[in-house]
Amino acid sequence: MPEFLQQLVNGITWGSVYALIALGYTMVYGILRLINFAHGDVYMLGAFFAFYAARITGAAVDPNPLKATGILLIAMIGCGIVGFLIERFAYKPVRRSSRLAALITAIGVSLLLENGGQLLFGADPKFFPQIIRATNIPLGMGVTISNQQIIILVVSIALMLGLRFIVMNTRAGKAMRAVSYSHTAASLMGISVDRIITFTFVLGSMLAAAAGVLVALQNPKIEPYMGIMPGLKAFVAAVLGGIGNIPGAVLGGMVMGIAEVMVVGYLSPTWRDAIAFVLLILILLVRPQGLLGQPPAEKV
Amino acid sequence: MRQLAWGAGIVAVLIAVNVLLRPLINPYVAQVIVLCGINVILAVSLNLVNGFTGQFSIGHAGFMALGAYGSAMFSLHVGMRWVAALEAMRVPAPLAEGAALLVALALGGLLAALAGYLVGLPSLRLRGDYLAIVTLGFGEIIRVLILNVDAVGAARGLPGIPAWVNFFWVGVGVAAVILLSRHLAASTHGRALFAIRDDEVAAEALGVDTTSYKVLAFVLGAFFAGVAGGLFAHFLSYLNPNSFTFIKSIEVIAMVVLGGMGSISGAVLAAIILTLLPEVLRPVKDYRMVIYSLMLIVLMITRPGGLLGSREISLAWLVRRLRPSRERA
Repeated sequence: MPEFLQQLVNGITWGSVYALIALGYTMVYGILRLINFAHGDVYMLGAFFAFYAARITGAAVDPNPLKATGILLIAMIGCGIVGFLIERFAYKPVRRSSRLAALITAIGVSLLLENGGQLLFGADPKFFPQIIRATNIPLGMGVTISNQQIIILVVSIALMLGLRFIVMNTRAGKAMRAVSYSHTAASLMGISVDRIITFTFVLGSMLAAAAGVLVALQNPKIEPYMGIMPGLKAFVAAVLGGIGNIPGAVLGGMVMGIAEVMVVGYLSPTWRDAIAFVLLILILLVRPQGLLGQPPAEKV
Repeated sequence: MRQLAWGAGIVAVLIAVNVLLRPLINPYVAQVIVLCGINVILAVSLNLVNGFTGQFSIGHAGFMALGAYGSAMFSLHVGMRWVAALEAMRVPAPLAEGAALLVALALGGLLAALAGYLVGLPSLRLRGDYLAIVTLGFGEIIRVLILNVDAVGAARGLPGIPAWVNFFWVGVGVAAVILLSRHLAASTHGRALFAIRDDEVAAEALGVDTTSYKVLAFVLGAFFAGVAGGLFAHFLSYLNPNSFTFIKSIEVIAMVVLGGMGSISGAVLAAIILTLLPEVLRPVKDYRMVIYSLMLIVLMITRPGGLLGSREISLAWLVRRLRPSRERA
């Protein structure tokens, strides 16, 4: 039992990271119907931005919470800018073309970020400094949680609540929901669709950056290709929850994280990459629209 | 009769190419040519699913892996013994190896086709991006499965596969998939696939059995992906699960979309271009993949419908292009 609870704690932590990445996928999909393949690479950039920020601010030698917060903000702003540039120069020109053309462009951007990253940062893995000293806190019943896990949980929950506030309670969020419902109707209501799409990309990229920094806290080995697998699985998580659905992405991320940690703990680490997809296929066979998704109306 | 003549002609040309070309070129160029051929088979076969039927599949590397491992296991455990027995009966080596290879490729293709059938079934319920992600998941599951089965070498890879593939066999594979695609496109069945792509509901209303046609497209596409995998295995003589990640599936999709969805000649052209591009860019080393990805983006922005759109390049088309005055008269 204590082992199970421990795995659950680890699974929820890992799941909250997936949820943060999945939110970016699901928001962009909800608005553009585009699978943004480059999203996982934005997550990678987040970790690298934080790595260099930590080096410049000297947080590695003298860790303190203020610097750590600053580093997180720098990474998020940096990735926000990257997200803006990607949308402006790669996705906007193909927006009126077929969805497949947009998809291949997304794949191109993903390859560009990975290989460009390799060129800039070097192919060898870098070790993310401990910008927060690790300590373990016992929770009772033999379960422990590290302070890094607590930070991951608190920051990701805060960001998710922030996102929820933006989407549900601000004008920009209302406009986002309108655009995801119908581009034409939204623009007739005086909403600048282009601006909302850009805003969505920036928001999603910032969340991915935060996920990158949080993961780097726990698994300090970072390299230019680190975004591929988490990106793919976060996308699967978004589909699992019902793509385009924000609470669904969080739920999907949690399910995925917990399932993965359980497989590693009780079965074998080599099956880790398969569980995500087995789960996905099983759920889609029963509920083709995902856990929280609405079945699409079929128009003739 | 005419088709038989065509077939004989193709075989004769391929044998001639195989005999004449091999001494002339170095192994590196030979490898690039063979990889071009394998990628052409992959792209044209995926075009059956993505381009003809409009079903979005991103698990092609999984089918390729099944074909590769299936045929390699056959050759390692049965095929090599057959060849030894045939050679003991004084059958010439190329003939004996060719026969064993043919059986191996067919088995690999059938294994992949069976998997295609199993993946095609859920496609009855799923549409668009959901189908895409299921095929992606399927491809990844196959890869993880191979990584965990010790009998096929797991993460170490599978060495010692007999290298029976030469230009001739790759050429046969390319010719087979292109001819089949062309015939399919001109047939009733092909029209049914196009109808599903253009409007599934309308196709169903017109009496097209959408379900079985979608599965047919999946099975055919998977079969040739398996054949391509078999050729790949028997050319490199070594297999590793890392050759079949979803990046490989995505490469093949890029070929199909870049060529123009549904265009067979477009898929061929794009497969050759995207295989040669990284090789041509070799001198610029570190910048190679950066330039490759930039070119992919720029091509998609400037030609969103693909290089050829839905047009086809054929001999008749070329003749018309070269003699426009006669056409107008």
